[in-house]
Amino acid sequence: MAEIWQALIIALKLIVSLDQEVVEIAARSLQISTTSSLLASLLCIPLASLIHFHNFPVKRILINIIQTLFSVPTVVIGLFVFVLFSRAGPLGGLSLLFTPTVMVIGQVILITPILLGLTISALSGVDKALADTARSLGASGWQTALIILREARYAVLAAVIMAFGRAISEVGLALMVGGNIRGFTRVITTAISLETSKGELELAIALGIILLTIALIINIALNRIQQR
Amino acid sequence: MPLIETVDLCQKYGAQDILKNINLRVERGEVFALIGPTGTGKTTLLRLIDLLEMPTSGKIYFDGRDATKSKKARFEMRRRMAFVLQKPMVFNISLYDNIAYGLKWRGAKKSSIRQKVSSILEMIDLSTYQNRNARTLSGGEAQRVAIARAIVTEPEVLLLDEPTANLDPLSAAKIEELIMSIIPQYDTTIIMATHDMSQGQRLANRIGVLINGEILQAGDPREVFTSPKSREVAEFVGVDNIIDGIIVSSEEGVVAVDIGDNKIIEAISNYPVGEEVCACVRPENITLTLSKTTSSARNSFIGQITQAVSLGPLSRIEINCGFRLVALVTKRSAEELDLEKGKQVYATFKATGVGVLRRN
Repeated sequence: MAEIWQALIIALKLIVSLDQEVVEIAARSLQISTTSSLLASLLCIPLASLIHFHNFPVKRILINIIQTLFSVPTVVIGLFVFVLFSRAGPLGGLSLLFTPTVMVIGQVILITPILLGLTISALSGVDKALADTARSLGASGWQTALIILREARYAVLAAVIMAFGRAISEVGLALMVGGNIRGFTRVITTAISLETSKGELELAIALGIILLTIALIINIALNRIQQR
Repeated sequence: MPLIETVDLCQKYGAQDILKNINLRVERGEVFALIGPTGTGKTTLLRLIDLLEMPTSGKIYFDGRDATKSKKARFEMRRRMAFVLQKPMVFNISLYDNIAYGLKWRGAKKSSIRQKVSSILEMIDLSTYQNRNARTLSGGEAQRVAIARAIVTEPEVLLLDEPTANLDPLSAAKIEELIMSIIPQYDTTIIMATHDMSQGQRLANRIGVLINGEILQAGDPREVFTSPKSREVAEFVGVDNIIDGIIVSSEEGVVAVDIGDNKIIEAISNYPVGEEVCACVRPENITLTLSKTTSSARNSFIGQITQAVSLGPLSRIEINCGFRLVALVTKRSAEELDLEKGKQVYATFKATGVGVLRRN
């Protein structure tokens, strides 16, 4: 027990003293997950609008599939991306495996269903009469979509934050396609996993605290948004 | 050429007929009111006219052009109209932006938007609230905003769906005043739906009675009100007394309608003897007296009051004369004559106060 307390104290010191390795790993985590969340938003928000504002025969089934993919295991995405980008894989020629870029790609794939699904339900939450109001006041199709997105802005932002949370906290994918290379692809979750298995708890606990803090900030942000 | 014309317009939702063969012509500058009970297809008809949905069959012409043909044409036509929905939905943004959006979408210049929005805000008396979120407005204020943001786009056709439903009388009066002021100022063609018969009469040049998805009668408001052409319309415009009978004699335009039980109602009509008809008497055309009086009125029946209900300045008296009659008298008369349940009275009305409709 004393050992754990000792480790906790050292961990806090590492954070307070802004230890170079801790800062570097945390910054990389934030950078990769922020990039993937933004890219996924650019892809998913217009796509969700397209799905929401159009009626087509398999719409309901498509939304069901998207919702099912919310809980796809990260290691399955990891395997898929690994196969895709491995030497022998279809995109092997790009030599992206074990780089931050492929981690971003993997995270984008991972969070796309959640972002897509939550954005669609955010748009569905807006009274249908508002879209009619916009159209009756002369809005074109995309102008209607924009004002309805604006109407759903808080719920959409909450979806983006949820997606970011899923991206930054997953470990399987980052480990499989990133490779946990020190100073290059090592992120908070992969570092915790490695340090713990090595028995070096200080760094693991320090990074764990940082991850929890990020989660706390996300939660506070979500709460404040949902209260609007 | 009418500005809006519908030809055999039908709308079905699933197997349910919402609108049946609507043939409507609205001229430029006209104020046309669609009246009818709730749930008879008024909103659907307005949505079809605004081209928000497509009819199951039939045609809609806007300014002489067939609107059912191309999506692009519909979009351009829709931009020449504005539709104020029954539930005034405001966007969760400032009052100013709510009104400005219609102009922004049309690509208007910023300076022109500012000038137009400001003058409209003044007109609806909400200038001081322009930066407030529109969601904080009351129902009446939101309805004013909804109308303002429609007319700011200077539409050729303004569609209003129950503009004063769910409002308190004061707010409703304000909205009516606003509509009245728009008419001369913008020279807009207005098509409005209302279940309020008297509102239709106050605001419209012409009304159409829509019941169960069909326009049963259209014309001058007074004419529809005073001479309904069918039982459904008569019921809707407040003819409480609709009595079935058969014409048993006809002399110089005066007919005698046998309503059974040896009772005859005299009326002015051209229907021949033997025709199955119903006699319609507005409750306000019935005079009540305590004793039989001699007068020029051709119809007088003795009966017993079965119910007396006070309606503000008026009293609604139900009488059993062997058949049911409803009379509307002032509250003061009711008090002076002491009209209450069980009392015996004479109900008298003129032959000219009776409308005769053929039964179908």
